[in-house]
Amino acid sequence: MTLDKKFLEYPQRQYGMDHRRYDWSMLSERPKVEWPNGKKLALWVNVCLQFFPINQQGKPFKVPGGMTMPYPDLRHYTLRDYGNRVGVFRFLKLFDKYNIKPTFTINTRLAERNQYLLDVIKERGDEIACHGLHMDALHYGGQNIDEERELIKKALGSLRELSGQDISGWLSPARSESENTPDLLAEQGIEYFSDWVNDDMPYSFNTKHGDLIAMPLSNELEDKFILMNNLHSENSYVEQICDAHDFLLEETNTHGGRILALNLHPWMLGQPHRIRKLEAVLDYITAQADTWSTTGHDLAKAFQ
Amino acid sequence: MNQEDPQLYDYWPYQNRPKIEWPNGAKIAFWVAPNIEFYELDPPENPHRKPWPQATPAVGGYSIRDYGNRVGHQRQMRLLDKYGIRGSISLSTAICDHHPEIIELCAERDWEFFSHGIYNTRYTYGLSEDQEREMIQDSVDTIEKHTGKKPAGYLAPALSHSDHTIDLFAEAGGTYTCDLFHDDQPTPVKVRSGKKFVSIPYSLEMNDTIAYVVNKIEPRRYGQIIKDNFDQLYVEGEESGTVMCVPTHNYQVSCPHRLRAFEEALEYITGHPDVWVTTGREIADYFIEHYYDTATEDIQSRKQA
Repeated sequence: MTLDKKFLEYPQRQYGMDHRRYDWSMLSERPKVEWPNGKKLALWVNVCLQFFPINQQGKPFKVPGGMTMPYPDLRHYTLRDYGNRVGVFRFLKLFDKYNIKPTFTINTRLAERNQYLLDVIKERGDEIACHGLHMDALHYGGQNIDEERELIKKALGSLRELSGQDISGWLSPARSESENTPDLLAEQGIEYFSDWVNDDMPYSFNTKHGDLIAMPLSNELEDKFILMNNLHSENSYVEQICDAHDFLLEETNTHGGRILALNLHPWMLGQPHRIRKLEAVLDYITAQADTWSTTGHDLAKAFQ
Repeated sequence: MNQEDPQLYDYWPYQNRPKIEWPNGAKIAFWVAPNIEFYELDPPENPHRKPWPQATPAVGGYSIRDYGNRVGHQRQMRLLDKYGIRGSISLSTAICDHHPEIIELCAERDWEFFSHGIYNTRYTYGLSEDQEREMIQDSVDTIEKHTGKKPAGYLAPALSHSDHTIDLFAEAGGTYTCDLFHDDQPTPVKVRSGKKFVSIPYSLEMNDTIAYVVNKIEPRRYGQIIKDNFDQLYVEGEESGTVMCVPTHNYQVSCPHRLRAFEEALEYITGHPDVWVTTGREIADYFIEHYYDTATEDIQSRKQA
């Protein structure tokens, strides 16, 4: 048994990263960040509003949370649709009660199909970011670049038109990217994106069309990850978010401003048996005077 | 021809073993093994195991591991400093080239460096014996070059092994392996060169990545099982010294929602008397010097009986 000699060759074994997308940097060594008005901890609530087509193609993989049964998979289609009909309105009540300024990261196809919900968000004046075209329109390694450029153009163009907003933020469906995605996003006017989970603070991400800001939207603290992937209890979700909050707030005392980013799905936390757990979390966090609730866009601007 | 057992050690029941006493009468040797790893974004694909589940770029898998290097290690380091624990680092040795700042921080603290291969995306599977020897020697030389000291321990990259792995590491000058999970005490390991070589318990049950990613447990439960594991080994250590290891990955345990429970467990353990807070190398050296021969004799006598 022998492998080709390339298995013992390491062409990228050098200082820094093994790619050119961003610079190597340790969080603990960076200058301290100060948030506006002397706030210590920024709370970024990002709500994913998603459309999972029932005629899912699954190319090149079945999106997690998507259809798993033979067509027509009514159970998963309707469970996800529940979030946009019912769950999200439970979220809105809580956001108003606790003065949360959320970002809504929307699949463009949902905005096209659901004018009512889009109008509600527009009227509130909340930030709208793009979550790709829909949950089955994936970006992936090896994707044809022209095809992907068209996909992004379609998603951003339509969402900009319908929302009347500039749309500076992006989260890929399933956080999946091709090797070209960051270049294409920058080319089409995106300023920040949140797919990469390698930091707790924003950092500069190189593209062929100028830098993007990579925003830290934790996957480990996502409702879907804790409840659906890890199968932890609702009470454990509350404990984990509160423990993260306490830890980050304490770290601000020695290391400067920090961000607690909560990525939420109304089809998950918007269920009747879970909504009070979100309330418990928001109640706990907003009780601290040092917390600043803001959007992804404003956070990226404040960081710059 | 593959054999039905790995031929590395003899059966040695836990009952009635010669008594181990750790330095200063300690009942338990406690060590923490941070894995400081580098996963490549686009490694050559090994025909026996895929590094990533999807085509490059595997944004999720790659970026969360990078979190450990950018954010996690320094957080865990603050905790280990606070509780007087020196880490025993399981090192992807390419980190010496990519992120020498991390190596400096660990070296300043007199932490131990042991080899965990070059990259955690380069598996042992499929390598010829010569190729594996070359890879292991490269990792040993890299650690010596950057820290001034040869590594004593080995944990194969991504726990990928061959039939020669442990022999080859012993021949490269090593004295202990972390690859075997058959015991709660150090045990002699048979290597073809006949040198004194041991297995030091490095627990998969206490490993944060196994706990969080494979078993998907809650952060506070992880803290609790560490305490429970300690309690039992502490009591048994009165009869004969035990070893407890907590292997960590700072893209897991150093996330903000997990450190509090981990800290409570460290505080609990180091708050007990008669705990030898130490490193893998120190345990191996102490065992080889004081107990290796007794252990080997006991194993032999039980075989004859």
